[in-house]
Amino acid sequence: MNVTQVSVFIENKPGHLQSVLKILADADINIITLTIAETTDFGILRLIVNKPEKAAEVLKQSHITCSITDVLALEIDDKAGSLHKAIDTFSRRKLNIEYMYAFTEKRGDRAVMIFRFDNIEAAKKALQEEGYNIISKIDLIGV
Amino acid sequence: MKELQYERLKWSLTHAYNNNKHYHDKFEQAGFHPDNFKSLADMKHVPFLNKQEMRNNYPFGLFAMPLDKVVRVHSSSGTTGNATVVGYTKNDVEVFAEVVARCLGCYGVTEKDVIQVAYGYGLFTGGLGLHYGSEKIGALTVPISGGNTERQLMLIKDFGTTVLACTPSYALNVADYIEKKKPDYDIRKTKLRIGVFGAEPWSQAMRSEIESRLGIDAYDIYGLSEVIGPGVSAECEAKSGLHVFEDHFYVEIIDPDTGEILPEGEQGEIVYTSLTKEAFPTIRYRSRDITRLYHDNCKCGRTLVKMEKVTGRSDDMLIIRGVNVFPSQIETVLMEAEGTEPHYQIIVDRKGSLDDIEVMVEVSEKLFSDEVKVLDNLKKHITDRFRSALGISAKVTLVEPMTIARSEGKAQRVIDKRKI
Repeated sequence: MNVTQVSVFIENKPGHLQSVLKILADADINIITLTIAETTDFGILRLIVNKPEKAAEVLKQSHITCSITDVLALEIDDKAGSLHKAIDTFSRRKLNIEYMYAFTEKRGDRAVMIFRFDNIEAAKKALQEEGYNIISKIDLIGV
Repeated sequence: MKELQYERLKWSLTHAYNNNKHYHDKFEQAGFHPDNFKSLADMKHVPFLNKQEMRNNYPFGLFAMPLDKVVRVHSSSGTTGNATVVGYTKNDVEVFAEVVARCLGCYGVTEKDVIQVAYGYGLFTGGLGLHYGSEKIGALTVPISGGNTERQLMLIKDFGTTVLACTPSYALNVADYIEKKKPDYDIRKTKLRIGVFGAEPWSQAMRSEIESRLGIDAYDIYGLSEVIGPGVSAECEAKSGLHVFEDHFYVEIIDPDTGEILPEGEQGEIVYTSLTKEAFPTIRYRSRDITRLYHDNCKCGRTLVKMEKVTGRSDDMLIIRGVNVFPSQIETVLMEAEGTEPHYQIIVDRKGSLDDIEVMVEVSEKLFSDEVKVLDNLKKHITDRFRSALGISAKVTLVEPMTIARSEGKAQRVIDKRKI
Protein backbone atom coordinates (compact mmCIF):
# COMPACT_ATOMS: atom_id res chain seq x y z
CA MET A 1 0.00 0.00 0.00
CA ASN A 2 1.53 3.31 -1.10
CA VAL A 3 1.61 6.35 1.09
CA THR A 4 -0.86 9.07 0.14
CA GLN A 5 0.42 12.59 -0.19
CA VAL A 6 -1.81 15.65 -0.32
CA SER A 7 -0.48 18.39 -2.64
CA VAL A 8 -1.84 21.91 -2.34
CA PHE A 9 -1.50 24.89 -4.67
CA ILE A 10 -0.65 28.07 -2.79
CA GLU A 11 0.28 31.49 -4.00
CA ASN A 12 3.58 32.81 -2.80
CA LYS A 13 2.02 35.50 -0.60
CA PRO A 14 1.79 36.13 3.15
CA GLY A 15 -1.15 34.42 4.82
CA HIS A 16 -1.81 31.78 2.17
CA LEU A 17 0.04 28.93 3.90
CA GLN A 18 -1.54 29.99 7.16
CA SER A 19 -5.07 29.71 5.82
CA VAL A 20 -4.44 26.21 4.44
CA LEU A 21 -3.00 25.08 7.78
CA LYS A 22 -5.95 26.56 9.64
CA ILE A 23 -8.42 24.58 7.56
CA LEU A 24 -6.51 21.39 8.36
CA ALA A 25 -6.26 22.27 12.05
CA ASP A 26 -9.98 22.99 12.26
CA ALA A 27 -10.69 19.59 10.73
CA ASP A 28 -8.47 17.95 13.33
CA ILE A 29 -5.94 16.72 10.80
CA ASN A 30 -2.44 15.98 12.03
CA ILE A 31 0.46 16.76 9.76
CA ILE A 32 3.13 14.10 9.94
CA THR A 33 5.58 15.74 7.59
CA LEU A 34 5.56 18.41 4.88
CA THR A 35 7.65 20.16 2.29
CA ILE A 36 7.13 23.15 0.02
CA ALA A 37 8.35 23.45 -3.55
CA GLU A 38 8.47 27.13 -4.36
CA THR A 39 8.63 29.20 -7.54
CA THR A 40 8.53 32.98 -7.85
CA ASP A 41 4.75 33.26 -7.75
CA PHE A 42 3.39 30.02 -6.39
CA GLY A 43 4.32 27.04 -4.28
CA ILE A 44 3.22 23.46 -3.98
CA LEU A 45 2.73 22.32 -0.44
CA ARG A 46 3.15 18.58 -0.06
CA LEU A 47 1.82 16.99 3.06
CA ILE A 48 1.69 13.59 4.66
CA VAL A 49 -1.21 13.69 7.09
CA ASN A 50 -3.09 11.20 9.21
CA LYS A 51 -6.31 11.55 7.18
CA PRO A 52 -5.39 12.42 3.57
CA GLU A 53 -8.84 11.90 2.03
CA LYS A 54 -10.49 14.03 4.67
CA ALA A 55 -7.79 16.69 4.26
CA ALA A 56 -8.45 16.84 0.51
CA GLU A 57 -12.17 17.02 1.11
CA VAL A 58 -12.06 19.95 3.56
CA LEU A 59 -9.58 21.83 1.36
CA LYS A 60 -11.80 21.41 -1.70
CA GLN A 61 -14.77 22.64 0.28
CA SER A 62 -12.83 25.84 0.89
CA HIS A 63 -12.09 26.13 -2.85
CA ILE A 64 -8.43 25.30 -2.42
CA THR A 65 -6.87 23.40 -5.30
CA CYS A 66 -5.31 20.17 -4.14
CA SER A 67 -4.68 16.66 -5.34
CA ILE A 68 -3.80 13.28 -3.96
CA THR A 69 -0.68 11.46 -5.15
CA ASP A 70 0.83 8.12 -4.28
CA VAL A 71 4.38 8.40 -3.03
CA LEU A 72 6.86 5.87 -1.83
CA ALA A 73 8.08 5.88 1.77
CA LEU A 74 11.39 4.16 2.17
CA GLU A 75 13.11 3.15 5.38
CA ILE A 76 16.89 3.48 5.39
CA ASP A 77 19.62 3.20 8.01
CA ASP A 78 20.26 6.48 9.78
CA LYS A 79 23.97 6.48 9.01
CA ALA A 80 26.44 7.92 6.50
CA GLY A 81 26.11 6.62 2.95
CA SER A 82 22.74 4.91 3.26
CA LEU A 83 20.79 7.53 1.25
CA HIS A 84 23.47 7.39 -1.40
CA LYS A 85 23.05 3.64 -1.57
CA ALA A 86 19.30 3.93 -2.07
CA ILE A 87 19.63 6.58 -4.76
CA ASP A 88 22.30 4.49 -6.45
CA THR A 89 19.69 1.75 -6.85
CA PHE A 90 17.45 4.16 -8.71
CA SER A 91 20.16 5.47 -10.99
CA ARG A 92 21.34 1.98 -11.91
CA ARG A 93 17.80 1.09 -12.92
CA LYS A 94 17.20 4.44 -14.63
CA LEU A 95 14.31 5.36 -12.35
CA ASN A 96 13.82 9.10 -12.32
CA ILE A 97 12.93 10.75 -9.03
CA GLU A 98 10.49 13.61 -9.58
CA TYR A 99 11.14 14.93 -6.08
CA MET A 100 11.97 13.70 -2.60
CA TYR A 101 12.04 14.84 0.97
CA ALA A 102 12.92 13.49 4.38
CA PHE A 103 10.58 12.43 7.10
CA THR A 104 10.96 14.54 10.22
CA GLU A 105 10.38 11.70 12.65
CA LYS A 106 12.89 8.96 13.30
CA ARG A 107 11.84 5.35 13.56
CA GLY A 108 14.24 3.86 16.03
CA ASP A 109 17.63 3.96 14.38
CA ARG A 110 16.13 4.28 10.93
CA ALA A 111 15.24 7.32 8.85
CA VAL A 112 12.38 7.62 6.37
CA MET A 113 12.56 9.26 2.95
CA ILE A 114 9.59 10.10 0.74
CA PHE A 115 10.04 9.71 -3.02
CA ARG A 116 7.80 10.70 -5.91
CA PHE A 117 8.27 8.66 -9.08
CA ASP A 118 6.62 8.69 -12.44
CA ASN A 119 6.41 4.95 -12.21
CA ILE A 120 5.98 4.10 -8.57
CA GLU A 121 5.45 0.37 -9.16
CA ALA A 122 8.77 -0.03 -11.00
CA ALA A 123 10.53 1.80 -8.18
CA LYS A 124 8.89 -0.42 -5.57
CA LYS A 125 9.85 -3.57 -7.39
CA ALA A 126 13.45 -2.42 -7.71
CA LEU A 127 13.71 -1.62 -4.02
CA GLN A 128 12.09 -4.84 -2.92
CA GLU A 129 14.48 -6.83 -5.06
CA GLU A 130 17.35 -5.10 -3.28
CA GLY A 131 15.91 -5.86 0.13
CA TYR A 132 14.71 -2.39 1.15
CA ASN A 133 11.83 -1.91 3.52
CA ILE A 134 9.02 0.07 1.95
CA ILE A 135 6.76 1.48 4.60
CA SER A 136 3.07 1.01 4.16
CA LYS A 137 0.44 3.62 4.75
CA ILE A 138 -0.74 1.80 7.88
CA ASP A 139 2.70 1.82 9.48
CA LEU A 140 3.19 5.48 8.73
CA ILE A 141 -0.09 7.15 9.50
CA GLY A 142 -1.98 4.43 11.29
CA VAL A 143 -4.88 4.03 8.87
CA MET B 1 -31.45 47.73 -53.65
CA LYS B 2 -32.81 50.62 -51.56
CA GLU B 3 -36.33 49.87 -52.79
CA LEU B 4 -36.03 46.21 -51.98
CA GLN B 5 -34.64 47.06 -48.56
CA TYR B 6 -37.50 49.45 -47.85
CA GLU B 7 -40.12 46.88 -48.83
CA ARG B 8 -38.49 44.15 -46.79
CA LEU B 9 -37.87 46.43 -43.83
CA LYS B 10 -41.51 47.40 -43.79
CA TRP B 11 -42.44 43.71 -43.76
CA SER B 12 -39.87 42.86 -41.08
CA LEU B 13 -40.89 45.72 -38.77
CA THR B 14 -44.58 44.89 -39.18
CA HIS B 15 -43.90 41.22 -38.60
CA ALA B 16 -41.97 41.91 -35.38
CA TYR B 17 -44.59 44.38 -34.17
CA ASN B 18 -47.55 42.09 -34.85
CA ASN B 19 -46.11 38.78 -33.78
CA ASN B 20 -43.78 39.45 -30.88
CA LYS B 21 -44.88 41.01 -27.62
CA HIS B 22 -41.49 42.41 -26.67
CA TYR B 23 -41.10 44.26 -29.98
CA HIS B 24 -44.73 45.33 -29.88
CA ASP B 25 -44.36 46.84 -26.42
CA LYS B 26 -41.06 48.56 -27.06
CA PHE B 27 -42.26 50.05 -30.38
CA GLU B 28 -45.32 51.39 -28.58
CA GLN B 29 -43.18 52.81 -25.81
CA ALA B 30 -40.93 54.55 -28.33
CA GLY B 31 -43.99 55.91 -30.13
CA PHE B 32 -43.15 54.06 -33.32
CA HIS B 33 -45.67 52.28 -35.50
CA PRO B 34 -44.65 50.30 -38.62
CA ASP B 35 -47.44 52.05 -40.56
CA ASN B 36 -45.49 55.28 -40.18
CA PHE B 37 -42.42 53.76 -41.76
CA LYS B 38 -42.42 55.75 -45.00
CA SER B 39 -38.78 55.63 -46.06
CA LEU B 40 -35.38 54.35 -44.97
CA ALA B 41 -34.84 57.69 -43.25
CA ASP B 42 -37.47 56.67 -40.71
CA MET B 43 -35.15 53.98 -39.35
CA LYS B 44 -33.90 56.47 -36.78
CA HIS B 45 -37.28 56.26 -35.03
CA VAL B 46 -37.03 52.51 -34.51
CA PRO B 47 -35.71 51.63 -31.06
CA PHE B 48 -32.47 49.67 -30.72
CA LEU B 49 -32.25 46.11 -29.50
CA ASN B 50 -29.40 45.22 -27.16
CA LYS B 51 -27.83 42.03 -25.91
CA GLN B 52 -29.37 42.37 -22.47
CA GLU B 53 -32.90 42.36 -23.91
CA MET B 54 -32.06 39.12 -25.67
CA ARG B 55 -30.86 37.59 -22.43
CA ASN B 56 -33.91 38.84 -20.57
CA ASN B 57 -36.12 37.09 -23.11
CA TYR B 58 -34.45 33.71 -22.66
CA PRO B 59 -35.33 31.28 -24.12
CA PHE B 60 -38.00 32.02 -26.75
CA GLY B 61 -39.25 35.49 -25.81
CA LEU B 62 -38.08 37.14 -29.05
CA PHE B 63 -39.53 34.55 -31.42
CA ALA B 64 -42.16 35.90 -33.77
CA MET B 65 -43.45 32.55 -34.98
CA PRO B 66 -45.18 29.78 -33.06
CA LEU B 67 -42.76 27.02 -32.04
CA ASP B 68 -44.36 24.51 -34.42
CA LYS B 69 -43.10 26.64 -37.31
CA VAL B 70 -39.61 26.85 -35.83
CA VAL B 71 -37.40 24.00 -37.03
CA ARG B 72 -34.05 24.80 -35.44
CA VAL B 73 -32.49 26.70 -32.59
CA HIS B 74 -28.95 27.84 -31.99
CA SER B 75 -27.59 29.40 -28.87
CA SER B 76 -24.68 31.41 -27.62
CA SER B 77 -22.47 29.70 -25.07
CA GLY B 78 -23.97 31.73 -22.27
CA THR B 79 -20.64 32.32 -20.58
CA THR B 80 -21.60 35.90 -19.83
CA GLY B 81 -24.86 35.41 -18.05
CA ASN B 82 -27.90 33.96 -19.73
CA ALA B 83 -27.50 32.41 -23.11
CA THR B 84 -29.16 33.93 -26.15
CA VAL B 85 -31.35 31.49 -28.06
CA VAL B 86 -32.12 32.14 -31.71
CA GLY B 87 -34.69 30.30 -33.83
CA TYR B 88 -35.11 29.49 -37.52
CA THR B 89 -38.10 28.51 -39.62
CA LYS B 90 -37.64 26.29 -42.67
CA ASN B 91 -37.35 29.41 -44.74
CA ASP B 92 -34.79 30.94 -42.34
CA VAL B 93 -32.66 27.79 -42.58
CA GLU B 94 -32.84 28.17 -46.35
CA VAL B 95 -31.75 31.83 -46.19
CA PHE B 96 -28.95 30.91 -43.78
CA ALA B 97 -27.65 28.28 -46.23
CA GLU B 98 -28.01 30.74 -49.11
CA VAL B 99 -25.93 33.50 -47.51
CA VAL B 100 -23.20 31.09 -46.41
CA ALA B 101 -23.12 29.63 -49.93
CA ARG B 102 -22.69 33.17 -51.26
CA CYS B 103 -19.74 33.69 -48.90
CA LEU B 104 -18.12 30.54 -50.23
CA GLY B 105 -18.80 31.82 -53.74
CA CYS B 106 -16.97 35.03 -52.83
CA TYR B 107 -13.86 32.97 -52.01
CA GLY B 108 -14.03 31.12 -55.31
CA VAL B 109 -15.36 27.86 -53.86
CA THR B 110 -17.39 25.70 -56.26
CA GLU B 111 -19.07 22.29 -56.29
CA LYS B 112 -15.69 20.83 -57.20
CA ASP B 113 -14.29 21.66 -53.77
CA VAL B 114 -13.99 19.49 -50.67
CA ILE B 115 -14.83 21.52 -47.57
CA GLN B 116 -13.69 20.38 -44.15
CA VAL B 117 -15.95 22.05 -41.60
CA ALA B 118 -13.84 22.27 -38.46
CA TYR B 119 -16.11 24.67 -36.62
CA GLY B 120 -17.88 23.10 -33.67
CA TYR B 121 -21.16 21.43 -34.56
CA GLY B 122 -23.99 21.93 -32.14
CA LEU B 123 -25.68 24.94 -30.64
CA PHE B 124 -22.94 27.18 -32.03
CA THR B 125 -23.96 28.51 -35.47
CA GLY B 126 -20.51 27.96 -37.02
CA GLY B 127 -20.60 24.22 -37.70
CA LEU B 128 -24.10 23.76 -39.07
CA GLY B 129 -24.02 27.17 -40.78
CA LEU B 130 -20.98 26.27 -42.87
CA HIS B 131 -22.30 22.77 -43.37
CA TYR B 132 -25.57 23.81 -44.97
CA GLY B 133 -23.89 26.55 -47.01
CA SER B 134 -21.34 24.09 -48.30
CA GLU B 135 -24.02 21.60 -49.32
CA LYS B 136 -25.98 24.42 -50.91
CA ILE B 137 -23.07 25.31 -53.16
CA GLY B 138 -22.73 21.61 -53.95
CA ALA B 139 -19.29 21.02 -52.49
CA LEU B 140 -18.31 17.76 -50.83
CA THR B 141 -18.87 18.55 -47.17
CA VAL B 142 -16.81 16.89 -44.45
CA PRO B 143 -18.51 17.46 -41.06
CA ILE B 144 -15.46 16.76 -38.91
CA SER B 145 -16.28 19.48 -36.32
CA GLY B 146 -13.58 21.11 -34.18
CA GLY B 147 -10.52 19.63 -32.51
CA ASN B 148 -8.62 16.39 -33.09
CA THR B 149 -5.88 17.98 -35.17
CA GLU B 150 -4.28 14.63 -36.01
CA ARG B 151 -7.46 13.50 -37.72
CA GLN B 152 -7.99 16.87 -39.42
CA LEU B 153 -4.58 16.52 -41.03
CA MET B 154 -5.24 12.92 -42.02
CA LEU B 155 -8.49 13.83 -43.77
CA ILE B 156 -6.97 16.85 -45.51
CA LYS B 157 -4.54 14.42 -47.08
CA ASP B 158 -6.82 11.41 -47.65
CA PHE B 159 -9.95 13.26 -48.81
CA GLY B 160 -8.08 15.86 -50.83
CA THR B 161 -9.65 18.67 -48.79
CA THR B 162 -9.39 21.99 -50.61
CA VAL B 163 -11.15 24.27 -48.12
CA LEU B 164 -10.72 24.41 -44.36
CA ALA B 165 -13.37 26.25 -42.35
CA CYS B 166 -12.45 26.97 -38.74
CA THR B 167 -11.54 29.78 -36.37
CA PRO B 168 -8.34 31.63 -37.29
CA SER B 169 -6.80 30.71 -33.96
CA TYR B 170 -7.44 27.05 -34.65
CA ALA B 171 -5.75 27.44 -38.04
CA LEU B 172 -2.65 28.69 -36.22
CA ASN B 173 -2.97 25.81 -33.85
CA VAL B 174 -2.90 23.44 -36.82
CA ALA B 175 0.26 25.15 -38.09
CA ASP B 176 1.87 24.80 -34.65
CA TYR B 177 0.86 21.16 -34.49
CA ILE B 178 2.46 20.36 -37.82
CA GLU B 179 5.63 22.18 -36.83
CA LYS B 180 5.98 20.45 -33.48
CA LYS B 181 4.51 17.01 -33.99
CA LYS B 182 4.50 16.27 -37.70
CA PRO B 183 7.56 17.90 -39.27
CA ASP B 184 7.27 15.47 -42.20
CA TYR B 185 3.72 16.53 -43.03
CA ASP B 186 3.98 18.95 -45.94
CA ILE B 187 0.72 20.90 -46.00
CA ARG B 188 1.80 22.54 -49.26
CA LYS B 189 1.74 19.17 -50.94
CA THR B 190 -1.94 18.69 -50.04
CA LYS B 191 -4.77 20.18 -52.11
CA LEU B 192 -5.71 22.65 -49.39
CA ARG B 193 -6.01 26.09 -50.98
CA ILE B 194 -8.60 28.15 -49.09
CA GLY B 195 -9.29 28.93 -45.44
CA VAL B 196 -12.69 30.20 -44.29
CA PHE B 197 -12.06 31.88 -40.98
CA GLY B 198 -14.46 33.59 -38.65
CA ALA B 199 -16.21 33.52 -35.28
CA GLU B 200 -13.52 35.68 -33.71
CA PRO B 201 -11.76 38.89 -34.64
CA TRP B 202 -8.46 38.45 -36.41
CA SER B 203 -5.94 40.85 -37.80
CA GLN B 204 -4.13 41.27 -41.12
CA ALA B 205 -1.01 40.08 -39.32
CA MET B 206 -2.78 36.85 -38.46
CA ARG B 207 -3.87 36.49 -42.08
CA SER B 208 -0.28 36.81 -43.30
CA GLU B 209 0.91 34.32 -40.73
CA ILE B 210 -1.78 31.75 -41.55
CA GLU B 211 -1.32 32.16 -45.30
CA SER B 212 2.42 31.75 -45.16
CA ARG B 213 2.41 28.87 -42.69
CA LEU B 214 -0.38 26.86 -44.30
CA GLY B 215 0.17 27.91 -47.90
CA ILE B 216 -3.47 28.95 -48.47
CA ASP B 217 -5.62 32.00 -49.13
CA ALA B 218 -7.32 33.03 -45.90
CA TYR B 219 -10.71 34.74 -46.08
CA ASP B 220 -12.88 36.31 -43.43
CA ILE B 221 -16.46 35.17 -42.92
CA TYR B 222 -18.43 37.36 -40.60
CA GLY B 223 -21.67 36.94 -38.76
CA LEU B 224 -23.45 36.88 -35.44
CA SER B 225 -25.86 34.29 -34.19
CA GLU B 226 -28.16 37.15 -33.15
CA VAL B 227 -28.46 38.16 -36.80
CA ILE B 228 -28.30 34.71 -38.42
CA GLY B 229 -24.85 33.20 -37.81
CA PRO B 230 -21.92 33.25 -40.23
CA GLY B 231 -22.92 34.63 -43.61
CA VAL B 232 -23.79 38.24 -42.82
CA SER B 233 -20.81 39.39 -44.84
CA ALA B 234 -17.77 37.94 -46.55
CA GLU B 235 -14.49 38.98 -48.06
CA CYS B 236 -13.95 38.42 -51.77
CA GLU B 237 -10.80 37.83 -53.79
CA ALA B 238 -9.77 41.44 -53.11
CA LYS B 239 -9.32 40.60 -49.41
CA SER B 240 -10.18 44.17 -48.51
CA GLY B 241 -13.43 44.62 -46.69
CA LEU B 242 -16.43 42.33 -46.49
CA HIS B 243 -19.47 42.52 -48.77
CA VAL B 244 -22.66 42.68 -46.72
CA PHE B 245 -25.61 40.71 -48.07
CA GLU B 246 -27.82 43.76 -47.97
CA ASP B 247 -30.86 42.05 -49.41
CA HIS B 248 -31.14 40.08 -46.15
CA PHE B 249 -29.48 42.38 -43.63
CA TYR B 250 -29.88 46.14 -43.32
CA VAL B 251 -26.81 47.77 -41.82
CA GLU B 252 -26.28 51.14 -40.18
CA ILE B 253 -23.29 52.72 -38.46
CA ILE B 254 -24.02 54.65 -35.30
CA ASP B 255 -22.11 56.64 -32.76
CA PRO B 256 -21.94 54.16 -29.86
CA ASP B 257 -22.32 56.94 -27.30
CA THR B 258 -25.22 58.93 -28.75
CA GLY B 259 -26.92 56.30 -30.94
CA GLU B 260 -26.93 58.80 -33.81
CA ILE B 261 -26.65 57.40 -37.35
CA LEU B 262 -23.32 58.29 -38.96
CA PRO B 263 -22.85 58.99 -42.67
CA GLU B 264 -21.30 56.37 -44.94
CA GLY B 265 -17.56 56.08 -44.52
CA GLU B 266 -17.43 56.98 -40.87
CA GLN B 267 -16.34 54.57 -38.22
CA GLY B 268 -18.75 53.51 -35.51
CA GLU B 269 -20.80 50.66 -34.15
CA ILE B 270 -22.58 48.51 -36.71
CA VAL B 271 -26.30 47.91 -36.18
CA TYR B 272 -28.21 45.09 -37.86
CA THR B 273 -31.78 44.62 -38.94
CA SER B 274 -32.91 41.37 -40.51
CA LEU B 275 -35.03 41.82 -43.63
CA THR B 276 -36.33 38.33 -44.28
CA LYS B 277 -36.06 36.39 -41.03
CA GLU B 278 -39.28 34.90 -39.73
CA ALA B 279 -38.64 33.09 -36.46
CA PHE B 280 -36.24 35.55 -34.87
CA PRO B 281 -36.49 39.03 -36.35
CA THR B 282 -33.53 41.17 -35.33
CA ILE B 283 -34.49 44.83 -35.34
CA ARG B 284 -31.70 47.37 -34.96
CA TYR B 285 -29.47 45.07 -33.00
CA ARG B 286 -26.49 46.83 -31.46
CA SER B 287 -23.62 44.46 -32.24
CA ARG B 288 -20.91 46.42 -30.40
CA ASP B 289 -18.66 45.66 -33.35
CA ILE B 290 -16.78 48.72 -34.54
CA THR B 291 -16.34 49.10 -38.29
CA ARG B 292 -16.95 51.37 -41.27
CA LEU B 293 -19.28 50.99 -44.27
CA TYR B 294 -18.25 52.10 -47.74
CA HIS B 295 -18.70 51.50 -51.45
CA ASP B 296 -15.71 51.07 -53.71
CA ASN B 297 -15.37 49.75 -57.20
CA CYS B 298 -14.48 46.32 -55.97
CA LYS B 299 -12.48 44.37 -58.49
CA CYS B 300 -14.69 41.33 -57.91
CA GLY B 301 -17.55 43.27 -59.50
CA ARG B 302 -19.93 43.10 -56.54
CA THR B 303 -21.73 46.35 -55.80
CA LEU B 304 -22.86 45.40 -52.30
CA VAL B 305 -21.82 47.75 -49.52
CA LYS B 306 -18.57 46.78 -47.86
CA MET B 307 -17.70 46.76 -44.19
CA GLU B 308 -14.17 46.88 -42.89
CA LYS B 309 -12.86 43.78 -41.19
CA VAL B 310 -14.10 44.06 -37.63
CA THR B 311 -11.21 44.41 -35.26
CA GLY B 312 -12.80 46.52 -32.59
CA ARG B 313 -15.60 46.46 -30.13
CA SER B 314 -17.30 49.36 -28.48
CA ASP B 315 -17.05 47.44 -25.24
CA ASP B 316 -14.09 45.31 -24.29
CA MET B 317 -11.30 45.78 -26.80
CA LEU B 318 -7.83 46.36 -25.44
CA ILE B 319 -4.91 47.85 -27.31
CA ILE B 320 -1.66 46.51 -25.90
CA ARG B 321 1.45 48.08 -27.40
CA GLY B 322 -0.53 48.74 -30.55
CA VAL B 323 -1.92 45.23 -30.77
CA ASN B 324 -5.67 44.80 -30.51
CA VAL B 325 -6.54 42.22 -27.93
CA PHE B 326 -9.94 40.93 -27.02
CA PRO B 327 -10.64 39.14 -23.78
CA SER B 328 -12.41 36.55 -25.93
CA GLN B 329 -9.15 35.76 -27.72
CA ILE B 330 -7.38 35.35 -24.42
CA GLU B 331 -10.21 33.11 -23.35
CA THR B 332 -9.83 31.02 -26.50
CA VAL B 333 -6.14 30.45 -25.82
CA LEU B 334 -6.82 29.49 -22.23
CA MET B 335 -9.62 27.22 -23.27
CA GLU B 336 -7.33 25.38 -25.67
CA ALA B 337 -4.74 24.99 -22.94
CA GLU B 338 -7.16 23.92 -20.26
CA GLY B 339 -9.93 22.20 -22.14
CA THR B 340 -12.47 23.93 -19.91
CA GLU B 341 -13.86 27.36 -19.37
CA PRO B 342 -11.11 29.24 -17.58
CA HIS B 343 -11.36 31.75 -14.80
CA TYR B 344 -8.97 34.50 -15.63
CA GLN B 345 -8.36 38.19 -15.29
CA ILE B 346 -6.41 40.51 -17.51
CA ILE B 347 -4.51 43.31 -15.86
CA VAL B 348 -3.17 46.04 -18.09
CA ASP B 349 -0.75 48.58 -16.73
CA ARG B 350 1.74 51.04 -18.11
CA LYS B 351 5.34 50.68 -17.05
CA GLY B 352 7.27 53.70 -18.26
CA SER B 353 6.03 54.22 -21.80
CA LEU B 354 5.24 50.55 -22.38
CA ASP B 355 2.00 48.72 -21.80
CA ASP B 356 2.25 45.67 -19.69
CA ILE B 357 -0.24 42.86 -19.66
CA GLU B 358 -0.62 40.22 -17.02
CA VAL B 359 -3.06 37.37 -17.28
CA MET B 360 -4.00 35.73 -14.01
CA VAL B 361 -5.33 32.22 -14.40
CA GLU B 362 -7.00 30.32 -11.62
CA VAL B 363 -5.53 26.88 -11.16
CA SER B 364 -8.37 24.42 -11.26
CA GLU B 365 -8.08 20.88 -10.03
CA LYS B 366 -7.80 19.73 -13.61
CA LEU B 367 -4.74 21.90 -14.24
CA PHE B 368 -3.05 21.28 -10.94
CA SER B 369 -0.16 18.91 -10.53
CA ASP B 370 2.03 18.12 -7.55
CA GLU B 371 5.04 18.64 -9.83
CA VAL B 372 6.42 22.13 -10.36
CA LYS B 373 7.61 21.34 -13.87
CA VAL B 374 4.07 20.52 -15.04
CA LEU B 375 2.76 23.88 -13.85
CA ASP B 376 5.79 25.68 -15.25
CA ASN B 377 5.24 24.02 -18.62
CA LEU B 378 1.60 25.05 -18.58
CA LYS B 379 2.61 28.65 -17.93
CA LYS B 380 5.14 28.51 -20.70
CA HIS B 381 2.67 26.96 -23.12
CA ILE B 382 0.06 29.64 -22.46
CA THR B 383 2.67 32.40 -22.78
CA ASP B 384 3.84 30.95 -26.11
CA ARG B 385 0.28 30.73 -27.41
CA PHE B 386 -0.39 34.36 -26.48
CA ARG B 387 2.67 35.30 -28.48
CA SER B 388 1.84 33.21 -31.54
CA ALA B 389 -1.95 33.64 -31.61
CA LEU B 390 -2.34 37.19 -30.31
CA GLY B 391 1.08 38.65 -30.90
CA ILE B 392 1.46 39.83 -27.33
CA SER B 393 3.95 39.06 -24.61
CA ALA B 394 1.85 38.59 -21.55
CA LYS B 395 3.00 37.61 -18.13
CA VAL B 396 1.02 34.59 -17.03
CA THR B 397 0.47 34.16 -13.31
CA LEU B 398 -1.17 31.13 -11.79
CA VAL B 399 -3.43 32.02 -8.89
CA GLU B 400 -5.61 30.17 -6.41
CA PRO B 401 -9.24 29.46 -7.24
CA MET B 402 -11.76 32.11 -6.26
CA THR B 403 -9.00 34.73 -6.18
CA ILE B 404 -10.58 36.64 -9.02
CA ALA B 405 -13.52 38.62 -7.74
CA ARG B 406 -16.84 37.53 -9.15
CA SER B 407 -19.78 39.84 -9.23
CA GLU B 408 -23.15 38.19 -9.78
CA GLY B 409 -21.41 35.02 -10.84
CA LYS B 410 -19.41 36.70 -13.58
CA ALA B 411 -15.81 37.61 -13.08
CA GLN B 412 -14.53 41.01 -14.04
CA ARG B 413 -12.29 40.04 -16.91
CA VAL B 414 -10.30 43.16 -17.51
CA ILE B 415 -8.69 45.65 -15.18
CA ASP B 416 -7.09 48.48 -17.09
CA LYS B 417 -4.94 50.48 -14.73
CA ARG B 418 -3.65 52.71 -17.52
CA LYS B 419 -6.65 55.01 -17.34
CA ILE B 420 -5.93 56.05 -13.79
